Amino acid sequence: MDAVLETRSLCKSFGALTVAQNIDFRLRPGERHALIGPNGAGKTTFVNMLMGALRPSSGRILLGGDDVTRAPQAQRVKRGLGRTFQINSLFRNLPVLDNVALAVAERRRIALRMWRAAGSYKEIIEESTQLLATLGLAGDLTTPIVDLPYGKQRLVEIAIALGLRPRVLLLDEPAAGVPSAEAERILQLLEKLPPEIAILIIEHDMDLVFRFARRITVLVQGEVLLEGTPQEVARDRRVHDVYLGEQHHG
Amino acid sequence: MMHGGGYTVDARIRWPEWLPWIAALAGFFLLPEYLSLGARILIYILFALSLDLILGYAGIITLGHSAFFGLGAYVAGIVSAKLGITDAFVQMAAAAAAAGLLGALTGAVILRTRALTLLMLTLAITSIILEIANKATWLTGGADGLSGVVVAPILGAFRFDLFGRTAFLYCLAVLFLGWLLARRLIYSPFGAMLTGIRENTQRMHAIGAPVYWRLVGVYTLSAVMAGVAGALLTQTNQFVGLNVLGFEPSGELLVMLILGGVGRLYGAFIGPVAYLIAQDLLAKQFPEYWYLGIGLLLVAVVLFARGGILGLIDKWMPFSKPAASAKASAR
Ligand SMILES: Nc1ncnc2c1ncn2[C@@H]1O[C@H](COP(=O)(O)OP(=O)(O)OP(=O)(O)O)[C@@H](O)[C@H]1O
Ligand SMILES: [Mg+2]
Repeated sequence: MDAVLETRSLCKSFGALTVAQNIDFRLRPGERHALIGPNGAGKTTFVNMLMGALRPSSGRILLGGDDVTRAPQAQRVKRGLGRTFQINSLFRNLPVLDNVALAVAERRRIALRMWRAAGSYKEIIEESTQLLATLGLAGDLTTPIVDLPYGKQRLVEIAIALGLRPRVLLLDEPAAGVPSAEAERILQLLEKLPPEIAILIIEHDMDLVFRFARRITVLVQGEVLLEGTPQEVARDRRVHDVYLGEQHHG
Repeated sequence: MMHGGGYTVDARIRWPEWLPWIAALAGFFLLPEYLSLGARILIYILFALSLDLILGYAGIITLGHSAFFGLGAYVAGIVSAKLGITDAFVQMAAAAAAAGLLGALTGAVILRTRALTLLMLTLAITSIILEIANKATWLTGGADGLSGVVVAPILGAFRFDLFGRTAFLYCLAVLFLGWLLARRLIYSPFGAMLTGIRENTQRMHAIGAPVYWRLVGVYTLSAVMAGVAGALLTQTNQFVGLNVLGFEPSGELLVMLILGGVGRLYGAFIGPVAYLIAQDLLAKQFPEYWYLGIGLLLVAVVLFARGGILGLIDKWMPFSKPAASAKASAR
């Protein structure tokens, strides 16, 4: 099957530091794919390039078969790309509901409406409410993010991205910084996502990765060391040497 | 939390929101000798509202908002004094169009920048317009200002009188419309989206908002509103001078808004009232202490009352807080 998201010889350097070296990457529709690698390997940078938040130095990015290398973020999102952030990037002073409603409103193209009150757009509010309910946040709709416990903030990160109904979802360490019990809950929620969404997840916890992903790409110093099934990756000596052997956390 | 719209807020007008209008009408009947000061206050409220839209809601910082106010003022004056068009609404429409055009053009250039760069660019633009107004004597009257502005009776019926009654009510009516529009906008999905940009631009990009175009859009709207305020100033004074352009009116406006409270809609009302009345009472008597006093007051506001006067009122009077409606969650 054709890839929904693909990169060809993607390169990026910050001055002398190379953080992406000829990355050839393919994500198929509905695939569950993990991107792993030590701290500073260039995983977040890769996501930023896929989204259009960062310009690659060279190489191409294809979304749904079309070249989007130079397309702005807004266009990529309209074509079905969504992401979450490793470090919370929320509307901190706004209620939980608004955090999601803003995304839903963008998707439904009502964000430019200037006359009717936002609160009168029932379809936006209902959809956002339902989405938050599936993530167990039904009781927090009017709570501002600043008053929300960190673990729930991580869920709002995901909720905002889901509000876009993406075809391709890029999850940058969705469970970063949460205790393992909560990380487990986040993973369960991710496992329940519609199977047609292609998901690329960056995650340090190997148990979670092996459980969730059907394919794994190992990135080391901006280079793809290996791509394969969880079994293949688990067997690979080099992966053990550079990654699985050491003890670390993002 | 700041006062603003959004999806969980009840957008209906609450009773305290009628107070400014009642106060304005009471002032009209009870203080007839202050009507020209009153009209000036109303004009600055409209001007401050336009600044609040971009600064308070969209988070665009600017020291150049006088560019649009001043351009509106000059265009209204030129349309009257040079082209002989005396219809108030035509003058105003011309001012609004010119200011909007300037807003769209300059906004498109500068709104890709941020913070200090943006601040400097906005300042540069109003300084350039000031210089043009100063040099183009044949059109603007230069340093002498532009006189000979004639405004026909409003709607053919209300002549601008010596006591400033018509001027006051005219400004009040225009401000009322401006307030209605601004309020609608703030509570709309567009307003919520602007707040999103102010709160987290990175995330707005990630949810697919073309942030730059949205900023150009609101900047243009705000410029139109400032241009209308400028036209009002020309029409009520029947004169335009260079003091509508450059840093000073921009800075003064910023002080008024910060004093009143940024991003709260009614901060734009309270700020100009407090500032201009204080100026009227104190600046002439103690000219040497006026700016010192304003400076100290600003420091105090920034240190102890980030929400300005309105922020303090909110703290003490619970009624003025926007009710996050329980209905939103029940729906
Ligand atoms: N804007 C930038 N300018 C300069 N260097 C950068 C920039 N962004 C990232 N880097 C550097 O690029 C390298 C890769 O960073 P990146 O955040 O992509 O790593 P990562 O794989 O996501 O790591 P982690 O597991 O810690 O999240 C790091 O050395 C980082 O310091
Ligand atoms: Mg990272």
